[in-house]
Amino acid sequence: MELLVASAIGIMTAAGLYLVMRLRTFPVILGMSLLTYAVNVFLFASGRLTVGASPILIKGAEAYTDPLPQALVLTAIVISFGMTAVIVMIALGAYLGAGDDNVDDQIPPGDPEPEPVAEDAT
Amino acid sequence: MSLFLIVALPFLGALLPGLMNSAGRQACAGVTFIVSLAAFVGLLTNLPAVLAGDVVLARVDWLPSLGLNFTLMLDGLGFFFAGLILGIGMLIITYGRYYLSRDDNMGEFFTYLLLFQGAMVGIVLSDNILLLLVFWELTSLSSFLLIGYWKHLPEGRQGARMALAVTGMGGLAMVGGMLILGQIAGSYDLSVILENRELIQASPLYLPALLLILLGCFTKSAQFPFHFWLPHAMAAPTPVSAYLHSATMVKAGIFLMARMWPVLSGTPEWFMIVTTAGLVTMVLGAVIALFKHDLKALLAFSTVSHLGLITMLLGTGTAFGAFAAVFHILNHATFKAALFMSAGIIDHEAHTRDIRRLGGLRSLMPVTFVIATLAALSMAGIPLLNGFLSKEMMLEEAHHTMLFGSHWLVPALAVLGSLFSAAYCFRFISHVFLGPVRDDYPANPHDPGPGMWLPPAILVVLVVVIGVAPFLVQDFVILVAKSVIGGTAELKVKYIKIWHGLVPALYMSIAAVVGGLILLAIYRPALRLWDATPRPEAKVIFEAIIEGAVGLARRLIHPLHDGAFSRYGAIMAVTVIAAGVHAYGTGAVGEMTRALQPAGAVPIAGWVMLVAATGGLVFLHRNRLLSLILIGIVGLMVSIGFVFFSAPDLAMTQITVEVVTAILLLLALNFLPNRTPIESSVLRRTRDGAIAIAGGVAAAGLSYHYLLRDFIAPSISEFHLANSYKGGGGTNVVNVILVDFRGFDTFGEIIVLGIAALLIYALTETLLSGPVRARLLNRKPDQPRAGDMHPMMMVVLTRVMMPVVMMVGFYIFLRGHNEPGGGFIAGLIVSIGVVMQYMASGFSWASARLRYPYHGIIGAGVLVAGLTGIGSWFVSKPFLTSDFTYVRIPPFDKFELATAAAFDLGVFLAVVGAVMLSLESFSRLARRAHVRDSEHAMDIDPSRNKAPDTAQKPAGGEV
Repeated sequence: MELLVASAIGIMTAAGLYLVMRLRTFPVILGMSLLTYAVNVFLFASGRLTVGASPILIKGAEAYTDPLPQALVLTAIVISFGMTAVIVMIALGAYLGAGDDNVDDQIPPGDPEPEPVAEDAT
Repeated sequence: MSLFLIVALPFLGALLPGLMNSAGRQACAGVTFIVSLAAFVGLLTNLPAVLAGDVVLARVDWLPSLGLNFTLMLDGLGFFFAGLILGIGMLIITYGRYYLSRDDNMGEFFTYLLLFQGAMVGIVLSDNILLLLVFWELTSLSSFLLIGYWKHLPEGRQGARMALAVTGMGGLAMVGGMLILGQIAGSYDLSVILENRELIQASPLYLPALLLILLGCFTKSAQFPFHFWLPHAMAAPTPVSAYLHSATMVKAGIFLMARMWPVLSGTPEWFMIVTTAGLVTMVLGAVIALFKHDLKALLAFSTVSHLGLITMLLGTGTAFGAFAAVFHILNHATFKAALFMSAGIIDHEAHTRDIRRLGGLRSLMPVTFVIATLAALSMAGIPLLNGFLSKEMMLEEAHHTMLFGSHWLVPALAVLGSLFSAAYCFRFISHVFLGPVRDDYPANPHDPGPGMWLPPAILVVLVVVIGVAPFLVQDFVILVAKSVIGGTAELKVKYIKIWHGLVPALYMSIAAVVGGLILLAIYRPALRLWDATPRPEAKVIFEAIIEGAVGLARRLIHPLHDGAFSRYGAIMAVTVIAAGVHAYGTGAVGEMTRALQPAGAVPIAGWVMLVAATGGLVFLHRNRLLSLILIGIVGLMVSIGFVFFSAPDLAMTQITVEVVTAILLLLALNFLPNRTPIESSVLRRTRDGAIAIAGGVAAAGLSYHYLLRDFIAPSISEFHLANSYKGGGGTNVVNVILVDFRGFDTFGEIIVLGIAALLIYALTETLLSGPVRARLLNRKPDQPRAGDMHPMMMVVLTRVMMPVVMMVGFYIFLRGHNEPGGGFIAGLIVSIGVVMQYMASGFSWASARLRYPYHGIIGAGVLVAGLTGIGSWFVSKPFLTSDFTYVRIPPFDKFELATAAAFDLGVFLAVVGAVMLSLESFSRLARRAHVRDSEHAMDIDPSRNKAPDTAQKPAGGEV
């Protein structure tokens, strides 16, 4: 079982990393989502894997799973929704504003930026 | 009044001018004046203690572990400076009220001015040198705002930038110097440092500390070679020049040298550096000032020169030198502020500050003439005015000072400086006021109203009073000088006298005045000579240095930071992997302590689905709609995994977030292209694939490693499990952690969520108010739309489901404390219910029925959560301490009431508001011009008699 979870984390991380390095916004967003899954599962698994022992206190239950990573991951899931929404909005704004959903800067590197002094002179 | 209040008043008061801005200029200036007056009166209440020789202290521990405490101290020196700052501040405020034109934003101006005033008072009253540094930087920042107040003028912006660069750099050096000094003395409190003269001067770190602190002082007080920023700062409005660049801010460096005088002075290094810098600045400033044609530039360089004079006096390291320095600070502040204000009056009335275009103003502006002439004569060192007294003291001190083994070097340079000083003062009077009346002034010069001439007049009265009757201030000046000197030397002076007899200083004074008159007589040939002399332009050098630094930074940054996001991603991934490999290679690997758990068929099936969906996502991601479905499968499998591994709360959260995210991405795909083109080369994809696989293997390895080992240290989870019911009153430990144990975290998180939603809203607003709006409205769908925009089946179903969803949400919310559920999940569920209405009947139909704006719901949520937390203060418990009780209302069973439920309600509201605001913002973008908003819930409605015209539209859909 541990092998399954660990390999799932690895596969989601790899896929997420690959997609994050793509050139268009949409795959990057998907990649970020995959990385989020991977990180959340990773954090959750740091409480070790327990089957059938929810952290709900019941009389007579002997063992409970670790509740702390669960609480942390719960807020992480909600926050990651907020983050996804913001980056989707930024991607959308960039696409609508520039008519292009490329994530890389299209200006060749090393191009001098407009001089502040020159700007003042106008 | 408490020292804290004196420092805090200007800062608190800085809020008022902005608020009073709409109440009119009089109210705006009046409230600023009252704030300064209150602080000034507060200062005066401490006068008896200061006069008695006491040191008033006020102390609050701020960060004692760092030695940073909010400690304030008021002694003679502090009182003297605070009095100057607040007293002249009131005059400047009155003057500024009449100086600023109707186009200037007065509230903004006075806000900056009060911020600056507070920072200055903070410097002079600080007892802790770290606190002093904080205020020091605040003066740099607020003066930046003030110099650049006229944002439309390029000179203003450039001058502000230069002042900030130079004084900011000096401030940075000073931080280093002060930290070293604190290290040597073992305390950051001035009262302790000032007691440790021997210890500090014997330390090998004395010289670096001295150099760094002096760098800060010299940049702030415009000492050579950092003098060049001050004249450029004159682009500020004249009240600012008069306040910051003559009376107060530039004296901050001088103040600090005086404050540190007992511990830093008296060594050869101090003497050499400070005296030399002061002398050079004094002479250089005076010479340049003589040949400036801009009134304010002339005064700026004369300020530089006089600051040099004071610096030189402090540099001599004798008690008399310190005494003369203190006296000259007072005298300079009075006459120079008056001169600046006069220059402002001339500029205001004659519409020019160019001396070559002025002259003959004596009869046109008699009041200004009298004020400016008296102040200028005082600056020139004419007897019976206060400038004469301190200048003669300076010459006396110079007479006794030996530099570089020469007896005559300092006296000669001092006379030379005074000579040029006298010359530019005479030039100021004769070329502006004397001579024939001209007929080519840009405006019609006349005296201003009393609001503008009264402030400088008050100062000139002081100039004359001190000049004629120095005994009135002598005791106070001696008191201040003694607090500068501390216990290190004895001040022998008892009186300030006008007549000392035929001493060398008198002859030097006479030589300077006569020489000044001669120089004025031969001004034209001298100017030609000056113009013909090549000399370096400080501004050009400064800009070249900045240019060089920018170029260097660009060469360093551009190869790394080239705007390619995918490249940053690769660099970051490789770095993290490399760090992990390094840690793995150098760390010790513990023994395996947990056994592998067997995996049944169901987990394996789930794993296969997850892996297949993830793999499919990588290979099929160019088809965007398909990839959206695939990522949904991944999310679903993750949720099921959470259920399987005993995390029902997580599973519920994950699956509801999945739904909302899918809707969000669908809305985004509505605008984005449907396919991702192939752009990267095979090589590049191989490279990315290799990095990705390395990262995946590392993540899998790390997870597998710790999944098979126990915790190294005991986990705090046991505490939570044990106390969840006893302390938090709930059996769902995860929920109790969220709303109780770690409630503060959750509180922060709902605020973050709210901010994210507001950010999305703001971005939407920006998009819709810009050029994108037209493009969005005229967008033509690239695919045929469904004929039925708002299908009846969906409308009916969502309406039926709405109460059910609400009830489920309510139920999930209530049970949250004891069973899986809670505010987060309930909030998401309710949001989905509301979103379905939007999807079914369209944006405009749904938003027309919206009673409360989502911003308000977010705000209400944060407020409810915050108030619940604050509630525990009333029973003297820390923030967010929760309490619970069991209530029984017959005939119901007994149930639990916990304050945590109120907190969870806040979470619930914030989540609903944030999710809805985000989705609503997206759907606002989707409205289009050629599709009319429907006011009906559905397109085909059997109960309506007339067929709506929207139904006949051939195509066009809306989410």
